[in-house]
Amino acid sequence: MNPLPLVAVAGSPNAGKSALFNALTGARQKVGNYPGVTVERHSGRLTLADGRPVEMVDLPGAYSLEPASPDEAVTRDVLLGKQAGERQPDALVIVIDASNLDNHLRFCLQLIELGHPTIVALNMVDLAKRDGLELSVERLSRELGVPVIETVAVRRRGIAELRTALDDMLSAPFCGVHEPVKSDLIHLQRRAREIATAAVISETPVRRWTHRLDSVLLHPVVGPIILALIMFVMFQGVFAWSETPKSWIEEGVASLSNLVSGAMPAGLLRSMIVDGAIAGVGAVITFLPQILILFFFILLLEGTGYMVRAAFLMDRLMHGVGLSGRAFIPLLSSFACAVPGIMATRTIEDPKDRLTTILVAPLMTCSARLPVYTLIIAAFIPNTRLAWGVGLQGVVMFGLYVTGICGALLAALVLRRGVLKGGGGGFMMELPKYQWPPLKDVVIGILTRAEIFLKRAGTIILGTTIILWALASIPQAGPGQKQSDVSIAGKIGRGIETVVRPIGFNHDISMALLPAMAAREVAVSAIATVYSIDSPDEKAGATTLQDKLQHRWSLATALAFLAWFVFAPQCISTIAVTRRETNGWKWPLFMVGYLFVLAYAFAGATYWTAVALGL
Amino acid sequence: MNAPFQPEATTLDLLPVGSQARVTSIGWSLLEESEACRLRHFGFDEGVTVEPMHLGPFGRDPIAIRVGRMTVAIRRRHAGAILVQPIR
Repeated sequence: MNPLPLVAVAGSPNAGKSALFNALTGARQKVGNYPGVTVERHSGRLTLADGRPVEMVDLPGAYSLEPASPDEAVTRDVLLGKQAGERQPDALVIVIDASNLDNHLRFCLQLIELGHPTIVALNMVDLAKRDGLELSVERLSRELGVPVIETVAVRRRGIAELRTALDDMLSAPFCGVHEPVKSDLIHLQRRAREIATAAVISETPVRRWTHRLDSVLLHPVVGPIILALIMFVMFQGVFAWSETPKSWIEEGVASLSNLVSGAMPAGLLRSMIVDGAIAGVGAVITFLPQILILFFFILLLEGTGYMVRAAFLMDRLMHGVGLSGRAFIPLLSSFACAVPGIMATRTIEDPKDRLTTILVAPLMTCSARLPVYTLIIAAFIPNTRLAWGVGLQGVVMFGLYVTGICGALLAALVLRRGVLKGGGGGFMMELPKYQWPPLKDVVIGILTRAEIFLKRAGTIILGTTIILWALASIPQAGPGQKQSDVSIAGKIGRGIETVVRPIGFNHDISMALLPAMAAREVAVSAIATVYSIDSPDEKAGATTLQDKLQHRWSLATALAFLAWFVFAPQCISTIAVTRRETNGWKWPLFMVGYLFVLAYAFAGATYWTAVALGL
Repeated sequence: MNAPFQPEATTLDLLPVGSQARVTSIGWSLLEESEACRLRHFGFDEGVTVEPMHLGPFGRDPIAIRVGRMTVAIRRRHAGAILVQPIR
């Protein structure tokens, strides 16, 4: 089979490369991974004027061919035809920011030297005009020796011209690339400045928009307040807007499981499909609305250029524990759910910073822990008022959140001094110009995330929930026996019991720990199952469950259980996403190990302190 | 260079916000390889004009610096490796 011609889109960060790629390929995109590295490969198709299809690939943004990050190494290797899993590009579209020629032309010159058939897209000409800059495309083209086309990718301007130019170029024969001359960066930079100066027709100094906005958004006092407000709106959105679609999904899952239950004879197979696959995957998919809303905000913040400003504002505080400002948004997102939080760490350039952030993200109290906290607090903490508007229950809940945050900061500090010592490019980032991202690009980004999440729900999560179901259902209980006693999970539960008895956990909790691996909130229903509350009016069971807990657990046990849930990595999805993002089992296993040790230690400390205090 | 009205040479982290300066030398040896590489990518070089634009809210770190037509954020520690001569 003759593969399609491959056109690579390359350029410096913030040149509008992805917007141009979206404009050329539309929504028909594929996102994969380059083998062996966690660098995403975005590809799409473009149809030329004569109907020939061409494959386009959006290379990671890079400042030069001397890589300072794994992303930049991929860009270099693809262009030189040395990247595993990628063929040599047949042509190159270089995207440069019209108002930042001095800098972008340096990488552009380096790329042109490689000898691919090349077109330069002089992007964001509208913003350059706004900044009072007028450029000569002819002069630029003459200096560079390749065609230059003016574009405004976010407004889809210049795209037709670019396509025509590509058409012409791909019709001509191409005879391979040169090895890059070990070009001297200083020399290239000077040449870039010369060309940039030559291409300017006129420049009127104007007060720049971005600067005016920055003097408010990066103001030492006003800036953090605005950041807090934006975060508040984001969280309101994630929790409030997701309610309705979440209930739709829950209803859909419920009616699907009713449908299957009705259509199949009772038995092990039906149980596997309904109690295993549908219930397990259904529980995870209900998080989809929250994840998509969170990504809508993240993409918007990223697209407007505000995300880098948030990192700027928070960098000093994050730096104190060995993280960079870039870790702020992923960690904050983890309060909703660690899965999108960990996915969002891709914006962190430095691999060690990124890994540390991934490893501490599960310590942020995610929304799935709320049902567990709510149940235990309601059952054991008296609803006394400490002060006007401040109740003891609320204080305990707040304390659990704070414990998680402190745990994360301490863990980061220890990790950065220990296993993840050294490295780190510190914090060096370009503050791009503010602009409004096209809605279509945001939608493409959200759809891509949805696809990744659903694919995982359909594979790893489906597999693990079926395994958990099998452990809980095999062998089948005979008459007069309890399923939770005979099953493999029950036997494992008894094994767990011997381990967790010293920290005050009883039989019920031990039985709930394994099923709660599917999702934390499952702990509630698992405990309910252990109590054999199998009356048909299970919805009313919450109060009964609360009563039963009060009779069977001591306060010390309840507090130890809460402490356990602050730290324990009770979530298959988080482990699965960590495996995917770190490309192997080493780090997810490390994460599971250290979090369980922390959970055990803190639950134990809580239990023994409580017992010693006579609670 | 020590003409009577010439302001004294200093490091970039000590340059006040809004004042321009020319980079006289960069202590590459004070920086790690990847950090030095990034600074060069941002266009830091002897002779270019720089101007601190904004300071981080906590400990006045990091610093947003205008270099050429770009604004970049770097930490105070890195700015300390860049020697500058204030203009006017």
